[in-house]
Amino acid sequence: MKDNNIKGNNEINKDICMKVNIAGIEFKNPVTTASGTFGSGMEYSDYVDLSRLGAVTTKGVSITAWYGNPTPRIAETYGGMLNAIGLQNPGVDVFIQRDLPFLKTYDTKIIVNVVGKTAKEYCQVVDRLSDCDVDMLEINISCPNVKEGGIAFGQDPKRVEEITSLVKSHSRKPIIIKLSPNVTDIATIAKAAEAGGADAISLINTLTGMKIDIERRTFLLANKIGGLSGPAIKPIAVRMVYQAANAVKIPIIGMGGIMEACDALEFIMAGATMVAVGTANFINPRATEEVIEGIEDYMVRNNIKDVNDLIACVR
Amino acid sequence: MSVAIKKSIKVLQNIRIEEGVYDLRLEAGDMAMDASPGQFISLYCDDGGRLLPRPISICEIDKETGNIRLVYRVVGNGTREFAGLKQGELIDCIGPLGKGFTLEGKKALIIGGGIGIPPLLELAKQLKCEKSIVLGFRDVTFLDKDFESYGKVYISTEDGSVGTKGNVIDAIKANNLEADIIYACGPTPMLKGVKEYAGSNNIRAQLSLEERMACGIGACLACVCKSTEVDHHTNVNNKRICKEGPVFYADDIVL
Ligand SMILES: Cc1cc2nc3c(=O)[nH]c(=O)nc-3n(C[C@H](O)[C@H](O)[C@H](O)COP(=O)(O)OP(=O)(O)OC[C@H]3O[C@@H](n4cnc5c(N)ncnc54)[C@H](O)[C@@H]3O)c2cc1C
Ligand SMILES: Cc1cc2nc3c(=O)[nH]c(=O)nc-3n(C[C@H](O)[C@H](O)[C@H](O)COP(=O)(O)O)c2cc1C
Ligand code: FES
Repeated sequence: MKDNNIKGNNEINKDICMKVNIAGIEFKNPVTTASGTFGSGMEYSDYVDLSRLGAVTTKGVSITAWYGNPTPRIAETYGGMLNAIGLQNPGVDVFIQRDLPFLKTYDTKIIVNVVGKTAKEYCQVVDRLSDCDVDMLEINISCPNVKEGGIAFGQDPKRVEEITSLVKSHSRKPIIIKLSPNVTDIATIAKAAEAGGADAISLINTLTGMKIDIERRTFLLANKIGGLSGPAIKPIAVRMVYQAANAVKIPIIGMGGIMEACDALEFIMAGATMVAVGTANFINPRATEEVIEGIEDYMVRNNIKDVNDLIACVR
Repeated sequence: MSVAIKKSIKVLQNIRIEEGVYDLRLEAGDMAMDASPGQFISLYCDDGGRLLPRPISICEIDKETGNIRLVYRVVGNGTREFAGLKQGELIDCIGPLGKGFTLEGKKALIIGGGIGIPPLLELAKQLKCEKSIVLGFRDVTFLDKDFESYGKVYISTEDGSVGTKGNVIDAIKANNLEADIIYACGPTPMLKGVKEYAGSNNIRAQLSLEERMACGIGACLACVCKSTEVDHHTNVNNKRICKEGPVFYADDIVL
């Protein structure tokens, strides 16, 4: 593109391709939301045009309503935050009756994050959602904040493969397995998810951490341990996406500390087909849209026509 | 309800009014137009390492000028950074957030404890009924003079240096104060005492709560409190302080 062509955003958009494809589903751009940081989209719809997003990824949904953990549930740490929300959610029925119809009023893809305490519960939620008008299911086997389920499934390659193939056999939607970074070798875990039949993987979930209140001489979080997110974890996340991308052929959704477009581009170049914006939403409710605009600007500036040309371009 | 906006706003004044307590006036513009007593604004730190905005209650609203007054105590790195703000500087804010007080009743008792006192000032100003104002402090008092134009002010201090020795409930009893509605903001132990007092005297009470917040707009579920009934949004017995609150009817929540 010639320099004198760079005018408004509208003009830019016509000349570049932001579309990406995962498991046969076409997303209008590679940007989604990180589960649990965007509710079901409703709260942020005052700030962001949800139809601008490649997809909305919802808060974890379980078979019945979950209470979550006692408060305090969050603590700020330098360049990041710890959370131990404990997957509070209204349950799959309320999700289907209330949140899904709301999301369907927008022109965006819907990825539903699924949680359970047992393998059976994951399958029950997947069964219910398979009959609904959603695009993909993201199976959260990496939440560090619940006693049963969550991370317990995500740290052992054998169990990752088992739960993946079990869930896959129940699902009539493509599935994404969301991986935990709290493992020794992310490549092995990524391969296990692929072997189990995952259509894609997403990473990273939060890193376990702790903060101590020295005045009160106690833990800051009621749960003692929480998951670290935000810019502080980005280098680890980029490294893990790179290692996973080298280990598997299935597409990757990368996340962890993306605050602006330049962060998102690192993930894409490391091998992510899509990226998710999480903690940044709390700091800037318009973060998702700004990341999309920033990627477009980068492509125009660097004369890149198709975002797919950037995926895994660093080898 | 109006939508909160995020923007950079100008500091008109930021002065120390008591040891560690600051009075911050902001040129909030449309943010002020939409604000009501009991709502809060979240202020962003300039240091990018301190990611989360700090929730601070709105102390006074001037709809004519679009100015907002906040009164805050320095307790950590974020508020310490705010204490250094100078006139003319810009600060990023989001607000107004949450649901404030519902103005009601014929005879009100306004009860504030420590740094929970500021949001009650705008309430006292807007509330047109008969009212008594009870302010509890550890030792040194602040903001009490500002309340005097809006009602009779009763003070309690833990050391007895000013007013009734003891807590706000002691001051209410010592002065035989009566009411058909209570409005309260302060530390949780105080709110527990107020809830109990209101319950045993059959008085309706609105309490303003606080909790650590991330999003401030109801999305992350960091800031919940326990509720007596299953909440319509969460579908469990808890409510979001940043969204359904920070002001709740005492009967609706468990402290
Ligand atoms: C609805 C609401 C209204 C408030 N109104 C006022 C007010 O009018 N005046 C005032 O002085 N204070 C008020 N607070 C408390 C104020 O938010 C905290 O004192 C402030 O966030 C501390 O920030 P810091 O960086 O100095 O402390 P740090 O301890 O360094 O903060 C670390 C993190 O913890 C959070 N945090 C720490 N203490 C609290 C707290 N008590 N409540 C909520 N989050 C906390 C911070 O926001 C930050 O994310 C209010 C809190 C809430 C929830
Ligand atoms: C408050 C909060 C809640 C979260 N809830 C979920 C969840 O329900 N399911 C899930 O798979 N991940 C959850 N996560 C993890 C995020 O989706 C994401 O993987 C992680 O925060 C890293 O991205 P970030 O640094 O951009 O936030 C949550 C994170 C935060 C901060
Ligand atoms: S702070 Fe996120 S829901 Fe209240």
